[in-house]
Amino acid sequence: MIIEGKTNKWEIVCGLEIHCQIISKSKIFSTASTKFGADANQNVSFVDAGMPGMLPTLNKYCVHQAVKTGLGLRAVINKYSEFSRKNYFYADMPTGYQITQFQYPIVGEGIVTIDLDDGTTKDIRIERMHIEQDAGKSIHDIDPHKTFIDLNRAGVGLMEIVTKPDFRSPEEAGAFLRKLRSILRYLETCDGNMDEGSMRCDVNVSVRPLGSDEFRTRCEMKNVNSVKFVMQAIENEARRHVEVYENGGKVEQETRQFDAVSGQTKAMRKKEFAHDYRYFPEPDLPPLILTDEYIKQVADELPELPDAKKARFVNELGLTKYDAAVICENKEVAYFFEKAAVGHDAKKVANWLMGDFFAMLKCKNLTIDESPVSAENLGKLVDLIEKNVISGKIAKDVFEIMSETGEEPEKIVEEKGWKQVTDSSAIEAIVDKVIANNADKVAAYKGGKTGLMGWFVGQVIKESQGKANPKMVNDLVVKKLS
Amino acid sequence: MAIDKQTVNRIAFLSRLKIDEDKTEDTQDEFNKILNWVEQLAEVNTDNVEPLSSVNDNPLVCREDKVVEGEQADKILANAPVEEYGYFVVPKVVE
Repeated sequence: MIIEGKTNKWEIVCGLEIHCQIISKSKIFSTASTKFGADANQNVSFVDAGMPGMLPTLNKYCVHQAVKTGLGLRAVINKYSEFSRKNYFYADMPTGYQITQFQYPIVGEGIVTIDLDDGTTKDIRIERMHIEQDAGKSIHDIDPHKTFIDLNRAGVGLMEIVTKPDFRSPEEAGAFLRKLRSILRYLETCDGNMDEGSMRCDVNVSVRPLGSDEFRTRCEMKNVNSVKFVMQAIENEARRHVEVYENGGKVEQETRQFDAVSGQTKAMRKKEFAHDYRYFPEPDLPPLILTDEYIKQVADELPELPDAKKARFVNELGLTKYDAAVICENKEVAYFFEKAAVGHDAKKVANWLMGDFFAMLKCKNLTIDESPVSAENLGKLVDLIEKNVISGKIAKDVFEIMSETGEEPEKIVEEKGWKQVTDSSAIEAIVDKVIANNADKVAAYKGGKTGLMGWFVGQVIKESQGKANPKMVNDLVVKKLS
Repeated sequence: MAIDKQTVNRIAFLSRLKIDEDKTEDTQDEFNKILNWVEQLAEVNTDNVEPLSSVNDNPLVCREDKVVEGEQADKILANAPVEEYGYFVVPKVVE
């Protein structure tokens, strides 16, 4: 995206930092539960509460999840990493410091390929990913003078993914967040729900004159909580920078707040020494050492990721790039599709899935896991059409019954007597009848109104109650009218 | 490295410690004594020596992903200055 200013053309330079809650049963440094929605302060251990003398112990599974995620980001896994203390005071962080990783993160540089609307792709470079603990939750809106603190979230494992400043438009950042969410869900390392806060995004934005390669002062918007808002924040913040520069001003490096209602960003109250975190190595945890063997073991567990799956669907199953992208974005949809497509015409299964099937789920407000129509039955329905047992039109009626009862399509077709008529003498009889009853139309057709052809076919199919095979009807009508 | 008065006040602020005006100078002296003492390390040649981040030689011990603690809000909140509806309650921390 290029911003046309009054005097100049400007380019956006944007990088993202994404906090992703690790899926694990217990917290990263304590044995309290990570379960969402418990009563206040029930999922809290003495470690999380910052009681004197309590020591953190690292959760093995959180390390496993981080390595898995790193591999999914095609990133370097650092065999040596260290924990550090990041010191700051805030009411929802009882220890006065966050255990995080600073100089030596567990994951180094990687790449995420994003898909753009024009069909092209772009590689976004990952700078690093480190693991750390989440803070508790402060609730400011219960009382005008008080803040309420719930420590249930304090100590839940986080992966912080930092990108290079590779985004040149809001669309690229949006595509990245969708792809990242998709990868995390395939990996089952984070559920990626931005609206519930399990994935949170900080946005860094600056601008520069088009064609220049300088980096100008950037501003940061913290905790922007939807893909749409991230895109809005980038565009509006970039436009603000352009305006400041073109009016001869200077952009101050600061943290700004994104206001979802206006879509604008505004300066936050200046926090004194806000960035003086005085990091130092965490004395309670020795360095984390991983072996090649361990990393390989985790790599062997990786599922097929969305990009690989998409390429396979295009190359082996003949799907269009667009269809494959839509189906692969969501792991559950991709798995359902594969189950439905096996042994059947994959392209037709994709059409049904993305057409009537999605419409049905939407209408009934169901997730794909709750679908009354099973993957196997969707595949069978496509087969019935392919084998000329039913027409595409009848198939829609069959599908409607399937989505009510969950029954097998063969059974429905059998019970309703909807089997397509492929007996040519039976069809011929109907064709003859229609021709005999419509002498005027026949005369008109022979007089040159060839457009009536479709009308005849329609009449025959109607007469057969939709059961006559359309291709056979077509052929017979052509033959009889010539 | 010498610590000035301004740095003493800044560290006090970051640590949320109140240092009375008449104690600032004493604190400054103490800081400087400690730093001077540690400065002796600069006399050692550390070329080709890896920075040390921990004096703890023990390997990192990890634990299994099991829930053991919890359901003890009463104990967690026992030292809270104010508690309401199971929450810690503090003076408002945003504007």
